[in-house]
Amino acid sequence: MNLETIKAEIEANIPGCRLELIANPSPSGQHSLLLDAEHAVAVATYLRDAPGLRLDFCSNVTGIDWPGKEIQEKVKLRKLVDGMEQEVEEIRNTTLPGSLEVVYHLYSVEKKHGPITVRMRTEDRDAGVHLPSLTPVWRSAELQEREVFDLYGVIFDGHPDLRRLLMWDGFVDHPMRRDYVDPDDYEYEPTAHDTVLQRANRHRSQVEGR
Amino acid sequence: MDDKLKNELSKQGIFTTTLQELYNWGRTNSIWPLNFGLACCAIEMIATTMARYDMARFGAEVFRPSPRQADLMIVAGTVTKKMAPQVVRLYNQMPEPKYVISMGACAISGGPFKQGYNVLKGIDRYIPVDIYIPGCPPRPEALLDAFMELQKKIAQQPLTGAARPRHLNDGEPSEFPVPRFGVHDLEPAKNPNLWKPLLVQIAQAGTDESGNH
Repeated sequence: MNLETIKAEIEANIPGCRLELIANPSPSGQHSLLLDAEHAVAVATYLRDAPGLRLDFCSNVTGIDWPGKEIQEKVKLRKLVDGMEQEVEEIRNTTLPGSLEVVYHLYSVEKKHGPITVRMRTEDRDAGVHLPSLTPVWRSAELQEREVFDLYGVIFDGHPDLRRLLMWDGFVDHPMRRDYVDPDDYEYEPTAHDTVLQRANRHRSQVEGR
Repeated sequence: MDDKLKNELSKQGIFTTTLQELYNWGRTNSIWPLNFGLACCAIEMIATTMARYDMARFGAEVFRPSPRQADLMIVAGTVTKKMAPQVVRLYNQMPEPKYVISMGACAISGGPFKQGYNVLKGIDRYIPVDIYIPGCPPRPEALLDAFMELQKKIAQQPLTGAARPRHLNDGEPSEFPVPRFGVHDLEPAKNPNLWKPLLVQIAQAGTDESGNH
């Protein structure tokens, strides 16, 4: 099963869909396909129903958090300095927006092949966290999409029952995001070390004033 | 009556006892645990009740499916924050006298999941624990040992005086507040009347006596 041929096949059958092949440089070479949110359900339905593919089993759904990051680059500019034109180096900061990613692992029980990995990315990590739900295509994604919603905060449009799965309903954060700050209950850490020791010391100085 | 005289009398065929001994003897040998488990420790607890380890030898074979009929709560496994209010509620529903065994690293402190976002850092933050069993998970022998320790503890409880157990003391609470689900954590995060951790000098951790790392 070559992902290149699958990509070409999908593009031929679903007009307008934008696919991107994400190569995995490791020896396992588990490459994946990045779907666009607009055509994701159509592509997923095609993957499930196409006679050559028949990816009828979605074994795993998981999330990845890509926080926004600042990139520093040095740019050489010609500038007027004290009336003289000189070449000056400037440091420019550009901020790349983060995104949330959802990964699906697909197998075919009928054809006995797989896995095929497909991904979807949200626009950003704040307001544009909507993605289409693939639960209508693979029923097995239902609980796992709820888990991704719970822990990463991706909102799956079209999910039949999108509630939190592991945390309670009144909980506001998404604990698996990189910027999640866990509650400050570090009063008893008998074998604290590394980051836990740092947090425990901070807790002591703030809460207990010593 | 001192033990020496009692022994002497029993050799002569006269059996003497006290109300306290009778009362504790009855309770010690018929402890009914609550039938619930939370994680992998529960598998060991189940094994303890089965034929090979046979907890019935100690009078604890009747695992009750209702807290109203149970005396002993074996907190066997990881207590998640979502589950903690239900565990406390079950404890509150048990009639006095009641005892708690905290089984395994997770129930004691959160264990390997202590720094996780969804795990309670020990059930003793909300309910009083009588016996702690370390281990991950503890073997059935460890649970039996803990059970025998609990039996010793019950056998020594005085019925009167300042050291009498909670259920004979009207001033002591029988029920403990059930935590509510908060925005970031359980509220309150602990019962401060109940949970008083040992003072550990965290700043000194990882250093020798002269303060060097």
